[in-house]
Amino acid sequence: MAKFKKKKDGELPQASTAALPDIVFMLLFFFMTVTVMKDNSLMVENKLPEADDIEKLNRKNDRVMYIYAGKPVAGYEKFGTESVLQLNDKIAQPSELKQYIHAERALRPEEIIPLMVTALKVDRNSNMGLVADVKLALRKENMLKISYLSVKPVE
Amino acid sequence: MAKRSIPEVNAGSMADIAFLLLIFFLVTTTIEQDNGITRKLPRWEPDKVTPPPVIKKKNIFTVVVSKTGQMLVEDELMELKDLKKAAMEFIDNGGGLGTEGEKCDYCKGARNPESSDHPSKAIISLKNDRETKYGTFVSIQNELGAAYTELRNREAERLYGQGNTYTSMNAIFKDPKVKDAALKDKLDTRLKKLKKMYPQIISEAESKTN
Repeated sequence: MAKFKKKKDGELPQASTAALPDIVFMLLFFFMTVTVMKDNSLMVENKLPEADDIEKLNRKNDRVMYIYAGKPVAGYEKFGTESVLQLNDKIAQPSELKQYIHAERALRPEEIIPLMVTALKVDRNSNMGLVADVKLALRKENMLKISYLSVKPVE
Repeated sequence: MAKRSIPEVNAGSMADIAFLLLIFFLVTTTIEQDNGITRKLPRWEPDKVTPPPVIKKKNIFTVVVSKTGQMLVEDELMELKDLKKAAMEFIDNGGGLGTEGEKCDYCKGARNPESSDHPSKAIISLKNDRETKYGTFVSIQNELGAAYTELRNREAERLYGQGNTYTSMNAIFKDPKVKDAALKDKLDTRLKKLKKMYPQIISEAESKTN
């Protein structure tokens, strides 16, 4: 004895969600390939200066060493109101730069050390005295290629 | 014997897991591209064994920035918008002989004997106060760099035809996606030539407090 259930008129069949994971994975892989990991959270203000005569710096190669500077942001007031340096994820004094450069060099294979570029991510309102200290430290360590990171002015 | 049927694995939560991963990557990654003004610092010489070479005053273009952001160019107050033109006139002057005793036959400047001899001898000296704002410093560096770029672009279009500017050739040369080795070699020689015609000599003196 067979039973046949009659489909009610007007009822829509349920949409299949089997392809949803595939779509989401596609998005996931897209974002994994086009983005880079944030290496450290900023503890200083970082409004970059404006410039238009600029060159691209490829973040994905490991020749680039970053130095951040600016006024401490809210929550880090204990470091004062003047511009400070941030190396990796801590606030540092200019005297700690030497150690930082040595540590950064040790992470890289020997053949790319002469090609290393120092990217200065300095807030536009910080004073040049701090930058001069950084430049002097870099010169002493023979890290002569630098890049003053800036943003294109908005028209 | 009855065959035991394998129950189908429920894949319904797969989407949730994938979403979780997707959101994680969205949060922890950045898409921004770094752009910057590249410069080369002078070598550090701890004890001055050799005295600095004597440079004629006419071959130095002095730019002094005060702590309030005002700019003195060749001892005269100047606005930022006029700096590029003044720098280009100085570099491109070509009033005398270059480092190898040659005349600047491609210079289109005024050939004023009171200004720079040759682009290879023309030095731009940038001095700033310790309290000058970094933003001001970078915008001045930008204008000075743009002066060189514009001169190089002009010569590139003259030598290699319309559209082949220094900027565009440099962009192709630096692009890691371009794999054509012959093209890169060609561009490299061209860029080197242009850089030799207008070498970028910007001296950033150690800042002083006054």
